[in-house]
Amino acid sequence: MALNSQGRPSQPGTAEASALPTISGDRGLDHEEPLIFELGRDGKCGVDFPDVKVGDTHLGGLRRKGKIGLPGLSEPEVVRHYVRLSRNNYSIDAGLYPLGSCTMKHNPRLNEKLARLPGFADLHPLAPQSAAQGALALMSELARWLTTMTGMPAVTMSPKAGAHGELCGILTIRAAIEAKGEKRTRVLIPESAHGTNPATAAFAGFTVDEVKATPEGRVDMDSLRSKIGPDVAAFMLTNPNTCGLFERDIVEIAKLIHEAGAYFYADGANFNAIAGRVKPGDLGVDAMHINLHKTFSTPHGGGGPGAGPVVLSERLRPFAPLPLLVLEKGGIRLIEDRDSAPEGYKPFGRMAAFHGQMGMFVRALSYMLSHGGNGIRQASEDAVLAANYVLASLKDVMSAPFEGPCMHEALFDDTWLHDTGVTTLDFAKAMIDEGYHPMTMYFPLVVHGAMLIEPTESESKESLDRFIAVLRGMAEEVKAGKTERFEGAPRLAPRRRLDETAASRKPVLKYQAAE
Amino acid sequence: MRYLPLTADDRAAMLAKIGVKDVDALFRDVPKSAQAPREAFDLPDAKGEIEVERILSRFAARNVAASDVPFFCGAGAYKHHVPATVDHLIQRSEFLTSYTPYQPEISQGTLQALFEFQTQVAALTGMEVANASLYDGSTATAEAVLMAMRVTKRPKAILSGGLHKQYIETVETVANLHGVIKRAMASPGRAEDLLPLIDDQTACVVVQSPDVFGLIRDLKPLADAAHAKGALLVVVVTEVVSLGLITPPGEQGADIVVAEGQSLGNGLNFGGPYVGLFAVREKFIRQMPGRLAGQTVDADGRRGFVLTLSTREQHIRRDKATSNICTNSGLCALAFSIHLSLLGEEGFTKLAAINHSRAVELADKLNAIPGVSVITPAFFNEFTIKLPRSAAEVVEELAMKGVLAGVPASRLGYADDLLIVAATETNTDEDIAAFVKALEEVL
Repeated sequence: MALNSQGRPSQPGTAEASALPTISGDRGLDHEEPLIFELGRDGKCGVDFPDVKVGDTHLGGLRRKGKIGLPGLSEPEVVRHYVRLSRNNYSIDAGLYPLGSCTMKHNPRLNEKLARLPGFADLHPLAPQSAAQGALALMSELARWLTTMTGMPAVTMSPKAGAHGELCGILTIRAAIEAKGEKRTRVLIPESAHGTNPATAAFAGFTVDEVKATPEGRVDMDSLRSKIGPDVAAFMLTNPNTCGLFERDIVEIAKLIHEAGAYFYADGANFNAIAGRVKPGDLGVDAMHINLHKTFSTPHGGGGPGAGPVVLSERLRPFAPLPLLVLEKGGIRLIEDRDSAPEGYKPFGRMAAFHGQMGMFVRALSYMLSHGGNGIRQASEDAVLAANYVLASLKDVMSAPFEGPCMHEALFDDTWLHDTGVTTLDFAKAMIDEGYHPMTMYFPLVVHGAMLIEPTESESKESLDRFIAVLRGMAEEVKAGKTERFEGAPRLAPRRRLDETAASRKPVLKYQAAE
Repeated sequence: MRYLPLTADDRAAMLAKIGVKDVDALFRDVPKSAQAPREAFDLPDAKGEIEVERILSRFAARNVAASDVPFFCGAGAYKHHVPATVDHLIQRSEFLTSYTPYQPEISQGTLQALFEFQTQVAALTGMEVANASLYDGSTATAEAVLMAMRVTKRPKAILSGGLHKQYIETVETVANLHGVIKRAMASPGRAEDLLPLIDDQTACVVVQSPDVFGLIRDLKPLADAAHAKGALLVVVVTEVVSLGLITPPGEQGADIVVAEGQSLGNGLNFGGPYVGLFAVREKFIRQMPGRLAGQTVDADGRRGFVLTLSTREQHIRRDKATSNICTNSGLCALAFSIHLSLLGEEGFTKLAAINHSRAVELADKLNAIPGVSVITPAFFNEFTIKLPRSAAEVVEELAMKGVLAGVPASRLGYADDLLIVAATETNTDEDIAAFVKALEEVL
């Protein structure tokens, strides 16, 4: 029997046993799970409520007539359904999650516990402010941590995710430009940027102009110089950039932008590389969103919720959106309308109802207090160390387009796969069969067949070594022409490759009962 | 530090493999002037669980939780009972600590749950399709207005005065860049006549029902008038439980329905995270913002689910995307969906009936107090009362007596003597009696 380095069988006992179909269609712990609509029946319910009759007198003649069409299930059936569904997901708790740009780090459960304290979870957003002073104080404390870490004078807390924070930052810049009576229509964005950057700038009514990258993976200063001008509103830059590199010319970049009268927007998605070591305020940044769900470990939850507070420079501060927090004698006041804004403040508007992602604020502050200034610095260093370790350990078998050192993510391209018949997609999908979530693929766009690996600081050396050994083993097979395991991978996941073309050609977006 | 697995020996071995002397060498691309030493950050050092819990508990203790007192606040966020099962299930590692399902082969749990969520939202709203969630009700409303402008290629949006004021401000903030927003004056307790405002430049009419004062609106005449002029009707629901008792917007002619889904599965959380619902007519699906889970088959022909129609989205279309949204409210949508699965048809309609009956009972009792009148003739679980003096003052005085009586309309910029009051299944007879008694005492 073939065993791996840890003495575990690397193949099932016998080929016959693994190929034998089961009577149930399930296979051991792998259960096929129907849709909840296929499970439910009338007459069952997972809650107990009294049957209350209500009259029509207060319904304005608009009482619902037909049925809604919701399935009925008892509580144990609901629990089993969702537990079985959950088992078809990969998760950071279960394994290394090397998605570049996503910062899939450990999610401490203390943070979950504290966010559920009734004083936070059961607090109404429009409760009298006298009944919410603890929440306002917590927001203020989190704001202090964020401004201290970034070296920026102000922060606006309400944006609900990174892209929402970007929009908030760009709208703040827009308001500042309008207040000066200027007309600036273009936003410059490097071609390596996250898709949200150009989407945000366009959404805010600007035209997007791409700045080229150098062969070294950084902003091409000549390209930037040729594009900057009096009609440029802002330059949006991720730093460290999406190639995993720090923009060495950052100070010069900021100077160029400011000389042209434009604003410097930093995408803080990669803050995890530099938190506690570099203050973006020292780099000349005017606005930067911080993904609390990346750097400060609020869980990704299968796609949110997140939170994207935006730190602002002194010249943007007056235009921050509602609400504002004001420290006063005897307490903290939440300012919810323009007319009550303090002297000199002209909020550009409001990003959303209420005051931001309180649940995420509690988790992020819990993370920060747990780490402290020293722990945050150590976490950034470990994240950068881990990525460089992966880069150093794989660059002889895979191809790295740029010279290191990298920051917190290691970028490879597909040069090494040329003429092997294996693509980046095949390689990444074969990682699934090896028990790993794939890395970010085909991003950034400036690199052909990109594979972007962000191990984060949460992995032990043993875990990194095993990951490296598996990727090396896979790479060696590719090079030896043993490509069978890559063709059509994965084979061992709950599903094999899914037909995305069929899904979009004739979209089926909800369950419909068979006629 | 308990969250960091690397030891000093590990770090040394890794640095050796990389071939650098120390970690500072890895930061050599950072300009010296931007390298800040530890002392440059005025932040405390790491703390253990006990200390962190103590500190944050002190913040929590300074707030009045809805469950601590007789509680009647609503206006866009509602206190409902969330079954224990919901919070347990969403904390399963595989749901809580997974990323957006970009790798469908190992994300079927999230994808199937989102597909079920979409089906539930479409059923509740009476619409044909729903997306996999947006941030919250207010941002979903803004997205609906932008979508209506895209679909109709017209610049004007008309907002009802009964739309939550902070929703209005959210819409104005983004949609002003793309068109013209006309907002009607608020008319608490009655539906304003929006028909004269609709013209051939109108992209959409946005109306909330029940509105911010609790009033149930008859949407059909508005839908007919909008459609006659080639405009869309956008309906906003901030209390989804109402859809268990009231005719859904989809059956009244709505083209886009957006809702705040917080009432199901999600806590009050001082305003977030919440979950935005977004449902449309089928013909508009390619104009929708946000993620969509779709059904397909895998290479072995088995049913499976994927994120689909992503050519609308920012990571593909970049500056041509329908929205810049990326991370949304996945876990809140899951909580919503699990709660609704537990309720089912029977539980959900019963829950709605209990809410309405509690509110009717409270309204009758408050209306009987001299000087107090209920001004909302048709309502679900929320209504507005007129008081003989400042509602904000009354709320503060009642808070001193241990009752959180509702949201003063002045908090949202409306008249000073109006109080918006909500009752739900969590309110007991004793809560209602305490509110009535306390109000009688202060008036």
